[in-house]
Amino acid sequence: MLLQTGFIYFATVIVVCALMVITRKNPVHSVLFMLPLFFHVAGIFIMLNAEFVAAVQVLVYAGAIMVLFLFVVMLLNIQKERVRPRVGLKWTFTAPLGLTLFGFLVAILVRSQYNGTQGSFTIEAVKQIGNSQAIGQVLYTDFLFPFEVASVILLVAMVGAIVLAKKRLD
Amino acid sequence: MGIIDLLVLTIYIVAGGALIMVFTLLNTAYLTYYERKVMAHMQQRLGPMHTGYHGLLQPLADGLKLFFKEDIIPSQADKAVFILAPLMGLIPAFISFAVVPFGPKFTVMGHEVPLYLADLNISLLYVLALSSMGAYGIIMAGWSSNSKYALMGGLRSSSQVISYEIAMGLSLISVLMMSGSLSLVEITKAQAGAGLLGILPNWNVFCQPVAFIIYLIASIAETNRAPFDLPEAENELVAGFHVEYSGMRFAYFFMAEYANMLMVSCLAVVLFLGGWNPIIPRSVFEMVPGLGGYIGFIGDPAVWWFIIKLYAYFFLFLWFRATLPRLRYDQLMKLGWKIMLPVALANILVTGIVMTFLN
Repeated sequence: MLLQTGFIYFATVIVVCALMVITRKNPVHSVLFMLPLFFHVAGIFIMLNAEFVAAVQVLVYAGAIMVLFLFVVMLLNIQKERVRPRVGLKWTFTAPLGLTLFGFLVAILVRSQYNGTQGSFTIEAVKQIGNSQAIGQVLYTDFLFPFEVASVILLVAMVGAIVLAKKRLD
Repeated sequence: MGIIDLLVLTIYIVAGGALIMVFTLLNTAYLTYYERKVMAHMQQRLGPMHTGYHGLLQPLADGLKLFFKEDIIPSQADKAVFILAPLMGLIPAFISFAVVPFGPKFTVMGHEVPLYLADLNISLLYVLALSSMGAYGIIMAGWSSNSKYALMGGLRSSSQVISYEIAMGLSLISVLMMSGSLSLVEITKAQAGAGLLGILPNWNVFCQPVAFIIYLIASIAETNRAPFDLPEAENELVAGFHVEYSGMRFAYFFMAEYANMLMVSCLAVVLFLGGWNPIIPRSVFEMVPGLGGYIGFIGDPAVWWFIIKLYAYFFLFLWFRATLPRLRYDQLMKLGWKIMLPVALANILVTGIVMTFLN
């Protein structure tokens, strides 16, 4: 009961915030509405007994990535963006397309079954070894290779950004 | 869980939260007094003297003054963001105190009561996540004020906080490697007893001096304090991000700054200075006759050790502010990225190697 009420609250706020993000005229407000959104996503993670993921969600997304977003948006010239009308001629094409895709999504969701098999990390098991310990163990044994690949990809992105930003040495 | 247990738990959380709020609010007020007095004596002045005995009521007078001042919102400001900004700075700073372990568990009427509100599995990440929220208040204030000084201050501050967060996080990793837990209570417990040579206590500051120095520098930079107070460099930016704020909203920023400083000091005490573990072991006190085997708060003086360490660490902030001149912006970035980051990484490597060979 408590869990369900919690989920309904978090999900509602997430959807409302997401709508606010795409409907605000001022891009800075859009970015700021993503902040409660991320916090509520973290709330859902906590309800799923994934405290580590929740903390990292706030730390990485809300604490680092959104700050950079805010930076970029603040420094851009937002006056141009503001005067452009939100609803225009292109909506006659995009709106039906989006609605169709949404219809497909609903159709699939309604027909799906959600009874997956239970893995070895049940709530009790995670509580016993500790949340971050459990993630660490899995990450550095079973998923070591994907983990390393992910870090290499991030490194490539970083090198790319530095090369783009660096002044030419002529 | 019965209804009585639930009730007790609710009362415990509410009362504990209220106590921590009182502790934090009193500290934010009286740390300003501490700062003014310490700085004054370092500069051969007396500091506040007129309000109460040796100016002891000065923080209350300041608070009252700010409370009754006119609240001005600039006409061109983004109102909603302008009003939200001080709260975005203040709230994360205050709620992060929920996981600070001020003292161990003690027994009252057969119930075990811990001197901390929550012992999370991820306490440290919780604190770091909330401390990274502090940048929002500053950026939002800087942007919404619609003033170039405020905007410049906000930009400087956020880039500074982001840069030094990395060095801070990396310096904490070597501590985590030694204690093997993200829970602040577990980290404190891992530092109990005697350590090196049997004389020094088993605190992380003695095993990880490099990490401690990096943490010290990063914590000062994170809280935008001198010599890293570029976001509010008076001679360049008037007052930085809060230049357009007045009255209580200005006071919120002030309180957030001091609450943040208190938080990084608490974290330093827990992670490096042994938390509630005694500076002088209990056995030494018991040797002295007449001391009655150590009279202290609720039977156990652990809280007082914590608080003594807290103010000792905080003293460093004041000492640096009174001693060192402000850095230039490029020097600040150079120090953060080119010196502290590689040193912190090397420290993790060395810690790893030593731990592998010792085990």
